[in-house]
Amino acid sequence: MPVLQTLFLIFGSKLFSYNMKTQMLEKEAVIIKFAGDSGDGMQLTGGLFTDDTAISGSDLATFPDFPAEIRAPAGTLAGVSGFQLHFGSREIFTPGDRFDILVAMNAAALKVNLGQLVPGATIIINEDGFDSKNLRLAKYPDGVNPLEDGSLSGYHIIKIPVTKMTREALKDSTLGTKEQDRCKNMLVLGLLLWRYNRTMDTTLKFLQAKFKNKPDILAANETVLQAGYHLGDTREDFTDRYDVKPAQLAKGTYRSIMGNDSLVLGLITASKKAGLPIFYGSYPITPASSILHSLAKYKNFGVKTFQAEDEIAAVCSAIGASYGGNIGVTGTSGPGLALKGEAIGLAVMLELPLVICNIQRGGPSTGLPTKTEQSDLLQAYYGRNGECPLPIVSASTPADAFDAAYEAVRIAIQHMTPVILLSDGYIANGAEPWKFPKAADIPEIKVEFASARENGTPFMPYARDERRVRQWAIPGTPGLLHRVGGLEKEDVTGNVSYDPANHEHMVKTREAKVELIAEHIPEQKMEAGSDHGDLLILGWGSTYGVCQAVTRGLMEVGYKVGHAHLRYLRPFPRNLGELMSRFEKVMIPEINNGQLAKIIRDKYLLPVVQYNKIQGTPITNEELYDFAVSLL
Amino acid sequence: MSVDINMNGGPVILKAKDFATDQDVRWCPGCGDYSILKQVQTVLADLGKQPHETVFVSGIGCSSRFPYYMETYGMHSIHGRAPAFAAGLKMSNPELGIWVITGDGDGLSIGGNHLMHLFRRNFNLNVLLFNNQIYGLTKGQYSPTSEENKRTSSTPYGSIDHPVNPIALALGCEATFVARSMDRDVKHLKDMLVQADGHTGTSFLEIYQNCNIFNDGAFFSFTEKATKPSTTIFLENGQPLVFGAENEKGIRLDGFKPQVVDLNSGKYSKDDLWVHDESDLIKAQILSRFFDDHHTNEHALPRPFGVFYRTERPCYEDLLFGQIEKATGTLGDGNLDKLLAGSNTWEIK
Repeated sequence: MPVLQTLFLIFGSKLFSYNMKTQMLEKEAVIIKFAGDSGDGMQLTGGLFTDDTAISGSDLATFPDFPAEIRAPAGTLAGVSGFQLHFGSREIFTPGDRFDILVAMNAAALKVNLGQLVPGATIIINEDGFDSKNLRLAKYPDGVNPLEDGSLSGYHIIKIPVTKMTREALKDSTLGTKEQDRCKNMLVLGLLLWRYNRTMDTTLKFLQAKFKNKPDILAANETVLQAGYHLGDTREDFTDRYDVKPAQLAKGTYRSIMGNDSLVLGLITASKKAGLPIFYGSYPITPASSILHSLAKYKNFGVKTFQAEDEIAAVCSAIGASYGGNIGVTGTSGPGLALKGEAIGLAVMLELPLVICNIQRGGPSTGLPTKTEQSDLLQAYYGRNGECPLPIVSASTPADAFDAAYEAVRIAIQHMTPVILLSDGYIANGAEPWKFPKAADIPEIKVEFASARENGTPFMPYARDERRVRQWAIPGTPGLLHRVGGLEKEDVTGNVSYDPANHEHMVKTREAKVELIAEHIPEQKMEAGSDHGDLLILGWGSTYGVCQAVTRGLMEVGYKVGHAHLRYLRPFPRNLGELMSRFEKVMIPEINNGQLAKIIRDKYLLPVVQYNKIQGTPITNEELYDFAVSLL
Repeated sequence: MSVDINMNGGPVILKAKDFATDQDVRWCPGCGDYSILKQVQTVLADLGKQPHETVFVSGIGCSSRFPYYMETYGMHSIHGRAPAFAAGLKMSNPELGIWVITGDGDGLSIGGNHLMHLFRRNFNLNVLLFNNQIYGLTKGQYSPTSEENKRTSSTPYGSIDHPVNPIALALGCEATFVARSMDRDVKHLKDMLVQADGHTGTSFLEIYQNCNIFNDGAFFSFTEKATKPSTTIFLENGQPLVFGAENEKGIRLDGFKPQVVDLNSGKYSKDDLWVHDESDLIKAQILSRFFDDHHTNEHALPRPFGVFYRTERPCYEDLLFGQIEKATGTLGDGNLDKLLAGSNTWEIK
């Protein structure tokens, strides 16, 4: 008799299964996709697993992907909500192209994601989501069940009756069936924590904080989480556990951060460093709303939030606040930026600080509210009447939104101008580890309000310094009485002027003011690769990860390539033209129809190559790599 | 008269003309705006306002040029949005005395939405709506307050729009101070400006203003001596509603229905009349419906002028600063390092 069987006879199945059935395997990186109905709690499950993953020391990137409807019809293909997580012991740049593990809470979730699995992937399936109704809603033909027809034979399938087991675990609970069923995501989460050799500590801590006033719901979630965890221990077909070692990130203290939260922290940090309160006027819009939610919590940082009656009032209130000496900020997405256009033009005319955060989404019109796109660059550049230049900065990753927001505030204040800060849905909802800075290491933002002339000469609101910047004169200050407005200003005095030569002079002056900001931003640096060679991958915004991954991949096989990523989209860094000229080819990947490419061609007369994807999803490593190779 | 700090730091006695800028006033000669500008400058001086603590915020239109003529701070903003700029300014700098200047097109058409929300939020500021029932700056199209059948450049066959009732709108949004005056009754206008300014909360003052170019005489039946006594009624808190050249007519309420009565008939005395109560929203709403067109309806009720409604309600900015104070009291001044670290951190060594 083999030893193991002997042991089984001696100690009984329980002990055997706890200690002997599983083996620990090491993995360098894993891509998991959680998918279910929009009501199944997949975003929360993914988020909690991400928090735990971050604390375990992995590098990671996430990609939540959900429908625009809060509760799209249950069980349908349109209602599938997904959360993708890529983590590993090496540097992780993107959420990844194809999944190693798919959690499919119902038939629709399986169908939508099946095309993106690696061969031999593991699929954890909620059997209870595959009854005839679910199959019909997922548009499987009559009598076809993918769990039974052998179509999944290339995958490792783990079938779990998640709903039944949740109810079973809660059979002593006083909660109703509907409330019990809402705990079923915890079963999956427990199982995955087990599978990746984690503890339940972080998740339990979260649940205890979230449900501290709802003891019965807390108890139910804890019970189901534990049931899922122990399921891993007890079920015979779970033979493997995986250990992903901590990533070799730079030394320091880290936290996990999502893009919109990071942007919020950047704004508050800039506010503290400038010694001025943030005033955030906004109107709810996907995917920018969470900026308003976050800022509203930080009243003890002096943050004022104002949910205005519409997008226009939101930006106008922010301009009013800037006029009054606060840092006026407004946040929106593409359709809202369109509505704000006229008021932003006024801010250009008034030459007041203002930050407009545009968290881009698929357009035009209402477009794809929950899907990502980089298609507002031209709107940011040109989307206003008249000659109406303003600086544009952009965030590249979730953590980078912190620096981008700080920079936007700094430029707005120091150059007395509205600044558009571009982010997108992918950055806003994505998460990554962040080696956050110490407050003391962040530079102050110097603010100088105008004060009354000591010699009694009248105040000239549109007098400028060598950067063409006028002074910030706050109502309430004696000796500075003046009027501002949208009519053309006479240079220096700020009086209304219809003088032809003055208008041309003012148009050129406003342009020069923005262009001169190039002298006050860093030169463009390389993110990876050599600073000359055969191909420069020039990116901006949320393509950062894929540009990095592809550039490093190409370098590994010997190509002479480099990656530069633009934080400053207007004005461009002063060395950009020279940098691009050192490469044989410049390729610009964008999640739009070629907007940066158009601007670069216009400004530098360079025949740049564009790579565009306009599907509401990020560019994958595979496709960009193949395209880059085709150019080399 | 008013005291402001001059360039050298010493006090100066201010008069109405000290609130006038050096800019040429560019309204058409004979425009009702001149009278309003003069009364506002006079009232500010009389109330001892400090120019540097006063801001005029306007939108677009003839009336919205107002800030350029006031030696205070000022913003001539974009069409219809003055309330939103003023709201942001008040929240950033609550000590400022803010006057929103708007017109019937600016405030009730393109900016109608903002006005509505300004009223319900109740910032402590004043709104002066110059109603001339026409679009002046764009050369004479009908406005949202124009009467039906009005022939204008954009309505050669007569307007088929039904006019908005600004006072009813303000009351509907629960503005906390709602009043009406006219450019040609200087004394009344000054009094209303003083009362509007004295109110804590959003004060709404509709001012009938004559556009002598595109809509001359729109309000003459209310403003001119011959007809004014019989077409207007001047509201005074606690006083019965009487009108007429000899105060010979009054208004009594028959249930909710207002009725004009003849005080000389012997049938009714002042004791039978409706006594104006500024704190009564329901009655203010009935008063706001004294809105019949005197040109087309000979039985029209007299048009009321004065304070329709006045109440106290917390101001938005006070509530906002109250929340900030409370949060700071409970949580302490925000600590940036703690904020950046969040609740879950880990070390990489």
